[in-house]
Amino acid sequence: MKRIPLHQIWYFVFVLSGAVFVFIARSTFNEYILSIINFVGIYIILAVSLNITNGFTGLFSLGHPGFMAIGGYITAVLTFPVAKKAMFLELPGWLSHLALPFLPALLIGGACASLTAFVIGVPVLRLRGHYLAVATLGFLIIIQVLITNWESVTRGPLGMNGLPALTHLWWVYAWVVITLYVSWKIKFSSYGRSMLAIREDPLAAQCIGTRLFRTRVVSLALGAFFAGIAGGLWAHLVTAITPASFSLVLAFHIVVMVVVGGSGSISGAFVAAVLFSTVTEFFRPLEESLDAYGIGEIFMALVLILILIYRPTGIFGTREPGFLTAKRT
Amino acid sequence: MSGGYIAQQIVNGLILGSMYALVAIGFSMIYGIIRLINFAHGEIIMIGAFLTLGLLQKLQLPFPVAAPLVLIAGAVVGIIIEKGAFRPMRGAPQVTGFIASLGVSIMLQNLGILLLTAQPRNFTFPDYLQAVVQIGPVSFRTIDGVIMASALALMGGLLFLVHKTRLGMAMRATAENIDVARLMGININRTIMATFAMGSALAAIAGLMWGGKFGQIDPLLGFVPGLKSFVAAVIGGVGSIPGAILGGYILGLSEVLFVGLLPPIYSAFRDAFVFSTLILILLVLPNGILGKKMEDRA
Repeated sequence: MKRIPLHQIWYFVFVLSGAVFVFIARSTFNEYILSIINFVGIYIILAVSLNITNGFTGLFSLGHPGFMAIGGYITAVLTFPVAKKAMFLELPGWLSHLALPFLPALLIGGACASLTAFVIGVPVLRLRGHYLAVATLGFLIIIQVLITNWESVTRGPLGMNGLPALTHLWWVYAWVVITLYVSWKIKFSSYGRSMLAIREDPLAAQCIGTRLFRTRVVSLALGAFFAGIAGGLWAHLVTAITPASFSLVLAFHIVVMVVVGGSGSISGAFVAAVLFSTVTEFFRPLEESLDAYGIGEIFMALVLILILIYRPTGIFGTREPGFLTAKRT
Repeated sequence: MSGGYIAQQIVNGLILGSMYALVAIGFSMIYGIIRLINFAHGEIIMIGAFLTLGLLQKLQLPFPVAAPLVLIAGAVVGIIIEKGAFRPMRGAPQVTGFIASLGVSIMLQNLGILLLTAQPRNFTFPDYLQAVVQIGPVSFRTIDGVIMASALALMGGLLFLVHKTRLGMAMRATAENIDVARLMGININRTIMATFAMGSALAAIAGLMWGGKFGQIDPLLGFVPGLKSFVAAVIGGVGSIPGAILGGYILGLSEVLFVGLLPPIYSAFRDAFVFSTLILILLVLPNGILGKKMEDRA
């Protein structure tokens, strides 16, 4: 009989204990704590997916909330009850009679975000380093302006509210597991290795036969897919969606998680996402009771700057903890 | 659409352009010398605006005294930011500095919210600066004239400083090649500090002008103009001071004309227009209009 490798037992333990946690949480915690746990999960999806784009391939994208907004709005329009659509939105005929279940709506939202990433990526990914960052920032602002002004479909700056509250912890948990699984599989495949090679040295990567441009576009589109899913989950958790939610501040939060965790490390992105989103939740009541708004952001910015100065590779570097990876043979 | 209307729009565009140009110069100088896109630069606009408010309305200082003080304070803030955040990570990859500057920017915005509250405040200048001047079909307030004239004077002073003094020569040498400049005995730290000081002083003055032009300020006001000034710097060619000035005026004029000449439904899209221009320029003309060819941009 073939023995199961130790690291696979660990995966199993983690997935199972996560499921047990979700089960217990759903039967014991109140709505408020559950919604915080949901947000933490969504942040994990965002950080781990940005890590594919930003960490593996080294494409410094600030456009993540833009893809999230695309996914979120599309999912929202697709699940919106037909009766309410007639009241609030002016949609083309076929769309106004359509209300999809959650899963297909999410998948379509993610796919559209991914498609947008592809269309944007083909011209923009010729840029490098911080120029790419600035171009994706421009993309984020353009998306915000378009959503704000396309009132017949998005209801403009007011946003759409009264969305069905479809997101619950099992949905979020399932997508967290899928995101982690996909990005883990990629990282330890030859494709992931070529992504990391592109990050380290594009020229050398090209010399050993990596398709530079195609790999870049794929990694942007893949990150965007999960961002779109996270947007859909977000919208149906908050039951409202406004263009202002998908701001540069959100992009900053996700980037901080990836950088502090260690660009390229899935465990790092995961741990940093859990830490920062719980800390933010911890600061929120503090800010309200002290009437001192902004402390949370200042704290995050300080941690970021200190990490960049004293440990620029982040907590984990590019690696994963040893017990989770296969032994070299 | 009459000629007078268009002339008025052009004057408005030039006023806006002067402010963009002042901020863009700082972006360009800092990028030129250490290859850093400094997102925190826009926050200096906010700091300058609030300082002006404090000096004019809390301390009741006369405008000609307050303006130089704002200039000096801006320089000091620039030096503090450079020493605190950017000097410790010099030599790190470019993206590291960029992320750090984003962090500094978010931190300054939230310090502003924490200390000054997010409530917008009214910003008024003394009456003699608010008086309206009418020249032919074009009217503007005295302060707008002061904005344009002082922007031009500051730009002239800066160009003189960069091209005719020893410090300016050191700055140009450092921008050209930081390692060789160090070998030639140039004090790199001092030169970089001076660059931050000058760029930030100009941005702080732009903050004074911003408050005067729009009459209301809040802790988040610096961010969007900061970004747009970066766009202006890219249009002109990042690293080139005349390029930044040209880019600032081009952006200011085209933004105002975009809103003023096209039907009103398009005016909500002005930011989308500005940032589409940015992406387009980065792709087709990565060195801008007056920029020198630089490595690794595209």
